[in-house]
Amino acid sequence: MELTNYLILAAILFAIGATTVLLRRNAIIVFMGIELMLNATNLTFVTFSRMHGDLHGQVIAFFVMVVAAAEVVVGLAIIVAIFRTRRSASVDDVNLLKN
Amino acid sequence: MTVSGGEVVLFWVLAPLMVLAALGLLFARKAVHAAICVVFVMISLAILYIAQEAAFLGVVQIVVYTGAVMMLFLFVLMLVGVDASDSLVETIRGQRFIGILLGLGLGSVLVGVIAQATFPPSVGLTAANAETNPVALARILFADYVFALEVVGILLVTAAIAALVLTHRRRLVPRVGQRQVSDAKVAALAEGGLLTPLPAPGVYAQNNAMDTPALDPQGRPIEHSVSRILRIRGQERSADRILAAERDVLVEHEPELTGRRFPELAAGTDEDEER
Repeated sequence: MELTNYLILAAILFAIGATTVLLRRNAIIVFMGIELMLNATNLTFVTFSRMHGDLHGQVIAFFVMVVAAAEVVVGLAIIVAIFRTRRSASVDDVNLLKN
Repeated sequence: MTVSGGEVVLFWVLAPLMVLAALGLLFARKAVHAAICVVFVMISLAILYIAQEAAFLGVVQIVVYTGAVMMLFLFVLMLVGVDASDSLVETIRGQRFIGILLGLGLGSVLVGVIAQATFPPSVGLTAANAETNPVALARILFADYVFALEVVGILLVTAAIAALVLTHRRRLVPRVGQRQVSDAKVAALAEGGLLTPLPAPGVYAQNNAMDTPALDPQGRPIEHSVSRILRIRGQERSADRILAAERDVLVEHEPELTGRRFPELAAGTDEDEER
Protein backbone atom coordinates (compact mmCIF):
# COMPACT_ATOMS: atom_id res chain seq x y z
CA MET A 1 0.00 0.00 0.00
CA GLU A 2 1.26 3.43 -0.92
CA LEU A 3 1.16 6.26 1.60
CA THR A 4 -0.88 8.21 -0.97
CA ASN A 5 -3.94 6.27 0.22
CA TYR A 6 -3.78 8.31 3.42
CA LEU A 7 -3.61 11.49 1.36
CA ILE A 8 -6.64 10.46 -0.67
CA LEU A 9 -8.56 9.68 2.53
CA ALA A 10 -7.60 13.11 3.86
CA ALA A 11 -8.75 14.74 0.62
CA ILE A 12 -12.13 12.98 0.81
CA LEU A 13 -12.59 14.00 4.45
CA PHE A 14 -11.63 17.58 3.57
CA ALA A 15 -14.15 17.69 0.74
CA ILE A 16 -16.90 16.30 2.99
CA GLY A 17 -16.06 18.91 5.63
CA ALA A 18 -16.19 21.69 3.04
CA THR A 19 -19.54 20.43 1.74
CA THR A 20 -20.86 20.41 5.31
CA VAL A 21 -19.87 24.04 5.71
CA LEU A 22 -21.63 24.90 2.45
CA LEU A 23 -24.82 22.92 3.00
CA ARG A 24 -25.74 22.85 6.68
CA ARG A 25 -27.44 25.76 8.41
CA ASN A 26 -26.97 24.84 12.05
CA ALA A 27 -23.98 26.93 13.13
CA ILE A 28 -22.66 24.15 15.37
CA ILE A 29 -22.69 21.58 12.56
CA VAL A 30 -21.00 24.08 10.25
CA PHE A 31 -18.36 24.43 12.91
CA MET A 32 -17.89 20.67 13.12
CA GLY A 33 -17.36 20.70 9.35
CA ILE A 34 -14.49 23.15 9.86
CA GLU A 35 -13.04 20.85 12.51
CA LEU A 36 -13.24 17.94 10.07
CA MET A 37 -11.32 19.98 7.48
CA LEU A 38 -8.62 20.84 10.03
CA ASN A 39 -8.32 17.17 10.97
CA ALA A 40 -7.99 16.18 7.33
CA THR A 41 -5.10 18.62 6.86
CA ASN A 42 -3.50 17.18 9.99
CA LEU A 43 -3.66 13.71 8.48
CA THR A 44 -1.96 15.11 5.37
CA PHE A 45 0.78 16.70 7.50
CA VAL A 46 1.40 13.47 9.39
CA THR A 47 1.49 11.43 6.18
CA PHE A 48 3.92 13.79 4.47
CA SER A 49 6.04 13.85 7.59
CA ARG A 50 6.33 10.08 7.37
CA MET A 51 6.91 10.17 3.62
CA HIS A 52 9.84 12.55 3.96
CA GLY A 53 11.18 11.14 7.20
CA ASP A 54 11.02 14.62 8.75
CA LEU A 55 9.27 15.37 12.02
CA HIS A 56 8.60 19.03 11.21
CA GLY A 57 5.32 18.01 9.64
CA GLN A 58 4.15 16.57 12.94
CA VAL A 59 5.16 19.76 14.76
CA ILE A 60 3.06 21.80 12.32
CA ALA A 61 0.14 19.40 12.85
CA PHE A 62 0.55 19.98 16.59
CA PHE A 63 0.32 23.74 16.06
CA VAL A 64 -2.76 23.26 13.90
CA MET A 65 -4.38 21.38 16.78
CA VAL A 66 -3.58 24.15 19.28
CA VAL A 67 -4.90 26.87 17.00
CA ALA A 68 -8.01 24.78 16.29
CA ALA A 69 -8.65 24.45 20.03
CA ALA A 70 -8.42 28.24 20.47
CA GLU A 71 -10.67 28.72 17.46
CA VAL A 72 -13.28 26.33 18.85
CA VAL A 73 -13.38 28.16 22.17
CA VAL A 74 -13.96 31.56 20.59
CA GLY A 75 -16.31 30.24 17.90
CA LEU A 76 -18.54 28.40 20.34
CA ALA A 77 -18.60 31.46 22.62
CA ILE A 78 -19.82 33.51 19.64
CA ILE A 79 -22.49 30.91 18.87
CA VAL A 80 -23.67 30.95 22.48
CA ALA A 81 -23.74 34.77 22.51
CA ILE A 82 -25.78 34.83 19.28
CA PHE A 83 -28.11 32.15 20.62
CA ARG A 84 -28.76 34.22 23.73
CA THR A 85 -29.82 37.30 21.83
CA ARG A 86 -31.60 35.68 18.87
CA ARG A 87 -32.80 32.34 20.32
CA SER A 88 -31.50 30.48 17.28
CA ALA A 89 -28.35 28.65 16.18
CA SER A 90 -29.16 28.85 12.50
CA VAL A 91 -26.75 30.78 10.31
CA ASP A 92 -29.71 32.03 8.27
CA ASP A 93 -31.10 34.02 11.17
CA VAL A 94 -27.99 36.14 11.57
CA ASN A 95 -28.93 38.65 8.88
CA LEU A 96 -29.42 41.75 10.98
CA LEU A 97 -27.19 43.88 8.75
CA LYS A 98 -29.08 42.87 5.62
CA ASN A 99 -32.11 45.12 5.90
CA MET B 1 10.21 1.83 3.75
CA THR B 2 7.48 -0.78 3.48
CA VAL B 3 4.03 -0.58 4.97
CA SER B 4 3.26 -3.59 7.14
CA GLY B 5 0.33 -5.88 6.35
CA GLY B 6 -1.36 -5.03 9.64
CA GLU B 7 -1.35 -1.37 8.79
CA VAL B 8 -2.89 -2.06 5.38
CA VAL B 9 -5.73 -3.99 7.03
CA LEU B 10 -6.16 -1.26 9.65
CA PHE B 11 -6.35 1.39 6.95
CA TRP B 12 -8.90 -0.47 4.83
CA VAL B 13 -11.06 -1.19 7.86
CA LEU B 14 -10.94 2.34 9.24
CA ALA B 15 -10.97 4.45 6.06
CA PRO B 16 -14.44 3.41 4.77
CA LEU B 17 -15.89 3.75 8.27
CA MET B 18 -14.37 7.21 8.62
CA VAL B 19 -15.81 8.31 5.29
CA LEU B 20 -19.20 6.93 6.34
CA ALA B 21 -19.04 8.79 9.65
CA ALA B 22 -18.02 11.99 7.86
CA LEU B 23 -21.02 11.56 5.56
CA GLY B 24 -23.06 11.13 8.74
CA LEU B 25 -21.95 14.63 9.75
CA LEU B 26 -23.16 15.85 6.38
CA PHE B 27 -26.55 14.15 6.42
CA ALA B 28 -27.52 13.63 10.09
CA ARG B 29 -30.69 15.52 10.91
CA LYS B 30 -29.89 15.94 14.59
CA ALA B 31 -26.83 17.84 15.74
CA VAL B 32 -26.01 15.29 18.46
CA HIS B 33 -25.80 12.46 15.91
CA ALA B 34 -23.46 14.61 13.81
CA ALA B 35 -21.30 15.23 16.88
CA ILE B 36 -21.06 11.49 17.61
CA CYS B 37 -20.06 10.87 13.98
CA VAL B 38 -17.29 13.47 14.26
CA VAL B 39 -16.08 11.88 17.50
CA PHE B 40 -15.79 8.56 15.65
CA VAL B 41 -13.80 10.19 12.84
CA MET B 42 -11.44 11.81 15.34
CA ILE B 43 -10.78 8.64 17.31
CA SER B 44 -10.11 6.77 14.05
CA LEU B 45 -7.72 9.54 13.03
CA ALA B 46 -5.87 9.11 16.32
CA ILE B 47 -5.49 5.39 15.58
CA LEU B 48 -4.18 6.21 12.10
CA TYR B 49 -1.67 8.69 13.58
CA ILE B 50 -0.36 6.05 15.94
CA ALA B 51 -0.13 3.61 13.03
CA GLN B 52 1.80 6.28 11.11
CA GLU B 53 4.57 6.50 13.74
CA ALA B 54 3.13 9.70 15.27
CA ALA B 55 2.34 8.33 18.72
CA PHE B 56 2.44 11.73 20.42
CA LEU B 57 0.02 13.30 17.97
CA GLY B 58 -2.29 10.29 18.30
CA VAL B 59 -2.53 10.78 22.06
CA VAL B 60 -2.90 14.56 21.69
CA GLN B 61 -5.63 13.97 19.11
CA ILE B 62 -7.63 11.90 21.59
CA VAL B 63 -7.02 14.24 24.54
CA VAL B 64 -7.53 17.54 22.74
CA TYR B 65 -10.03 16.71 20.04
CA THR B 66 -12.29 13.98 21.36
CA GLY B 67 -11.67 14.84 24.99
CA ALA B 68 -11.90 18.62 24.96
CA VAL B 69 -13.13 20.01 21.67
CA MET B 70 -15.94 17.55 21.00
CA MET B 71 -17.09 17.62 24.62
CA LEU B 72 -17.22 21.41 24.33
CA PHE B 73 -19.35 20.96 21.23
CA LEU B 74 -21.69 18.64 23.11
CA PHE B 75 -21.91 21.10 26.02
CA VAL B 76 -22.89 23.90 23.66
CA LEU B 77 -25.39 21.58 21.98
CA MET B 78 -26.99 20.97 25.37
CA LEU B 79 -26.97 24.71 26.06
CA VAL B 80 -28.50 25.61 22.70
CA GLY B 81 -31.02 22.78 22.82
CA VAL B 82 -30.59 19.20 21.70
CA ASP B 83 -33.63 19.33 19.47
CA ALA B 84 -32.29 22.27 17.48
CA SER B 85 -32.37 20.77 14.00
CA ASP B 86 -31.80 22.37 10.64
CA SER B 87 -34.46 24.23 8.78
CA LEU B 88 -34.99 22.72 5.36
CA VAL B 89 -35.97 26.01 3.72
CA GLU B 90 -33.44 27.17 1.18
CA THR B 91 -32.81 30.88 1.65
CA ILE B 92 -30.50 31.02 -1.36
CA ARG B 93 -32.10 29.35 -4.36
CA GLY B 94 -30.20 26.31 -5.60
CA GLN B 95 -27.78 26.45 -2.67
CA ARG B 96 -27.97 22.70 -2.04
CA PHE B 97 -27.26 21.86 -5.68
CA ILE B 98 -24.36 24.32 -5.92
CA GLY B 99 -22.95 23.14 -2.59
CA ILE B 100 -23.00 19.47 -3.57
CA LEU B 101 -21.46 20.36 -6.94
CA LEU B 102 -18.69 22.39 -5.31
CA GLY B 103 -18.01 19.63 -2.75
CA LEU B 104 -17.79 16.94 -5.42
CA GLY B 105 -15.61 19.23 -7.55
CA LEU B 106 -13.25 19.99 -4.67
CA GLY B 107 -13.01 16.30 -3.77
CA SER B 108 -12.29 15.21 -7.33
CA VAL B 109 -9.72 17.96 -7.84
CA LEU B 110 -7.87 17.05 -4.63
CA VAL B 111 -7.98 13.31 -5.30
CA GLY B 112 -6.97 13.90 -8.91
CA VAL B 113 -3.98 16.02 -7.94
CA ILE B 114 -2.83 13.43 -5.41
CA ALA B 115 -3.29 10.61 -7.90
CA GLN B 116 -1.38 12.51 -10.60
CA ALA B 117 1.52 13.72 -8.50
CA THR B 118 4.66 11.64 -8.18
CA PHE B 119 5.94 11.46 -4.64
CA PRO B 120 9.50 10.66 -3.60
CA PRO B 121 10.05 7.16 -2.22
CA SER B 122 8.82 7.04 1.35
CA VAL B 123 11.54 7.36 3.96
CA GLY B 124 9.68 6.44 7.11
CA LEU B 125 10.29 7.82 10.57
CA THR B 126 12.39 5.04 12.07
CA ALA B 127 15.53 7.18 11.97
CA ALA B 128 13.82 10.38 13.10
CA ASN B 129 12.00 8.56 15.91
CA ALA B 130 15.20 6.88 17.13
CA GLU B 131 14.91 8.36 20.64
CA THR B 132 11.09 7.89 20.77
CA ASN B 133 8.60 10.13 19.00
CA PRO B 134 7.79 12.58 21.84
CA VAL B 135 11.47 13.24 22.60
CA ALA B 136 12.28 13.85 18.95
CA LEU B 137 9.25 16.14 18.63
CA ALA B 138 10.25 18.06 21.75
CA ARG B 139 13.78 18.61 20.38
CA ILE B 140 12.30 20.28 17.30
CA LEU B 141 9.48 22.09 19.12
CA PHE B 142 11.70 23.65 21.77
CA ALA B 143 14.57 24.43 19.40
CA ASP B 144 13.25 25.60 16.04
CA TYR B 145 9.76 26.60 17.13
CA VAL B 146 10.26 28.20 20.56
CA PHE B 147 8.97 31.57 19.44
CA ALA B 148 5.92 30.02 17.72
CA LEU B 149 5.23 28.04 20.87
CA GLU B 150 5.24 31.21 22.98
CA VAL B 151 2.93 32.97 20.52
CA VAL B 152 0.56 30.01 20.57
CA GLY B 153 0.56 30.16 24.37
CA ILE B 154 -0.47 33.82 24.23
CA LEU B 155 -3.13 32.90 21.66
CA LEU B 156 -4.60 30.28 23.99
CA VAL B 157 -4.76 32.67 26.95
CA THR B 158 -6.33 35.34 24.75
CA ALA B 159 -8.90 32.85 23.46
CA ALA B 160 -9.82 31.78 26.99
CA ILE B 161 -10.30 35.41 28.08
CA ALA B 162 -12.23 36.13 24.89
CA ALA B 163 -14.61 33.27 25.60
CA LEU B 164 -15.11 34.59 29.15
CA VAL B 165 -15.85 38.11 27.88
CA LEU B 166 -18.13 36.92 25.07
CA THR B 167 -20.31 34.75 27.27
CA HIS B 168 -20.31 37.15 30.21
CA ARG B 169 -23.78 38.40 31.02
CA ARG B 170 -24.19 41.73 32.77
CA ARG B 171 -26.76 41.71 35.58
CA LEU B 172 -29.54 44.14 34.70
CA VAL B 173 -31.72 43.77 37.81
CA PRO B 174 -30.46 43.50 41.40
CA ARG B 175 -29.99 40.01 42.76
CA VAL B 176 -32.99 38.65 44.67
CA GLY B 177 -31.70 36.77 47.69
CA GLN B 178 -33.38 34.95 50.58
CA ARG B 179 -33.46 38.16 52.62
CA GLN B 180 -35.24 40.15 49.87
CA VAL B 181 -37.78 37.37 49.32
CA SER B 182 -38.69 37.26 53.00
CA ASP B 183 -38.93 41.06 53.21
CA ALA B 184 -41.24 41.10 50.20
CA LYS B 185 -43.45 38.42 51.76
CA VAL B 186 -43.77 40.33 55.01
CA ALA B 187 -44.55 43.53 53.09
CA ALA B 188 -47.25 41.70 51.12
CA LEU B 189 -49.00 40.51 54.32
CA ALA B 190 -51.10 43.70 54.39
CA GLU B 191 -52.55 42.89 50.94
CA GLY B 192 -53.49 39.38 51.96
CA GLY B 193 -50.15 37.72 51.21
CA LEU B 194 -49.04 34.52 52.88
CA LEU B 195 -45.91 33.86 54.89
CA THR B 196 -46.28 30.11 54.76
CA PRO B 197 -46.38 27.85 51.73
CA LEU B 198 -49.81 27.33 50.16
CA PRO B 199 -51.95 24.59 51.75
CA ALA B 200 -51.97 21.15 50.14
CA PRO B 201 -55.06 19.91 48.26
CA GLY B 202 -57.68 17.99 50.21
CA VAL B 203 -57.67 14.28 51.05
CA TYR B 204 -61.09 12.57 51.27
CA ALA B 205 -62.23 9.02 51.72
CA GLN B 206 -62.82 8.64 47.99
CA ASN B 207 -60.72 11.47 46.56
CA ASN B 208 -57.07 12.33 46.84
CA ALA B 209 -56.23 14.50 43.87
CA MET B 210 -54.80 17.89 42.90
CA ASP B 211 -58.20 19.27 41.93
CA THR B 212 -59.99 18.78 45.25
CA PRO B 213 -59.80 21.69 47.71
CA ALA B 214 -58.86 21.09 51.33
CA LEU B 215 -61.28 22.05 54.14
CA ASP B 216 -60.45 24.59 56.79
CA PRO B 217 -61.30 24.00 60.51
CA GLN B 218 -64.80 25.34 59.94
CA GLY B 219 -65.35 22.83 57.11
CA ARG B 220 -65.28 25.41 54.32
CA PRO B 221 -63.22 24.65 51.21
CA ILE B 222 -59.91 26.57 51.00
CA GLU B 223 -59.74 28.00 47.51
CA HIS B 224 -55.99 28.42 47.13
CA SER B 225 -55.26 24.82 48.14
CA VAL B 226 -55.97 23.95 44.50
CA SER B 227 -53.40 24.85 41.87
CA ARG B 228 -54.01 28.28 40.35
CA ILE B 229 -53.82 26.84 36.81
CA LEU B 230 -56.63 24.37 37.52
CA ARG B 231 -58.76 27.15 39.01
CA ILE B 232 -58.27 29.37 35.95
CA ARG B 233 -59.16 26.49 33.64
CA GLY B 234 -62.25 25.75 35.73
CA GLN B 235 -61.14 22.18 36.41
CA GLU B 236 -61.47 22.46 40.17
CA ARG B 237 -63.85 20.00 41.82
CA SER B 238 -66.31 21.28 44.38
CA ALA B 239 -65.82 20.04 47.94
CA ASP B 240 -69.58 19.97 48.52
CA ARG B 241 -70.18 17.49 45.74
CA ILE B 242 -67.44 15.17 46.97
CA LEU B 243 -68.83 15.26 50.49
CA ALA B 244 -72.35 14.67 49.20
CA ALA B 245 -71.20 11.67 47.18
CA GLU B 246 -69.38 10.22 50.17
CA ARG B 247 -72.40 10.71 52.33
CA ASP B 248 -74.61 8.94 49.79
CA VAL B 249 -72.28 5.94 49.84
CA LEU B 250 -72.32 5.95 53.62
CA VAL B 251 -76.08 6.13 53.78
CA GLU B 252 -76.36 3.25 51.36
CA HIS B 253 -73.85 0.90 52.98
CA GLU B 254 -73.79 1.78 56.68
CA PRO B 255 -77.22 3.11 57.56
CA GLU B 256 -76.69 2.70 61.31
CA LEU B 257 -73.58 4.90 61.22
CA THR B 258 -75.25 7.82 59.48
CA GLY B 259 -76.96 8.97 62.64
CA ARG B 260 -73.67 9.44 64.41
CA ARG B 261 -71.62 10.89 61.55
CA PHE B 262 -74.30 13.06 59.96
CA PRO B 263 -76.70 14.22 62.66
CA GLU B 264 -78.64 16.46 60.27
CA LEU B 265 -79.41 13.41 58.11
CA ALA B 266 -80.79 11.48 61.04
CA ALA B 267 -83.02 14.45 61.85
CA GLY B 268 -84.36 14.27 58.32
CA THR B 269 -83.18 17.71 57.23
CA ASP B 270 -81.01 18.29 54.23
CA GLU B 271 -78.73 21.22 54.95
CA ASP B 272 -75.76 20.62 52.74
CA GLU B 273 -75.03 24.30 52.43
CA GLU B 274 -74.28 24.54 56.14
CA ARG B 275 -71.25 22.26 55.88
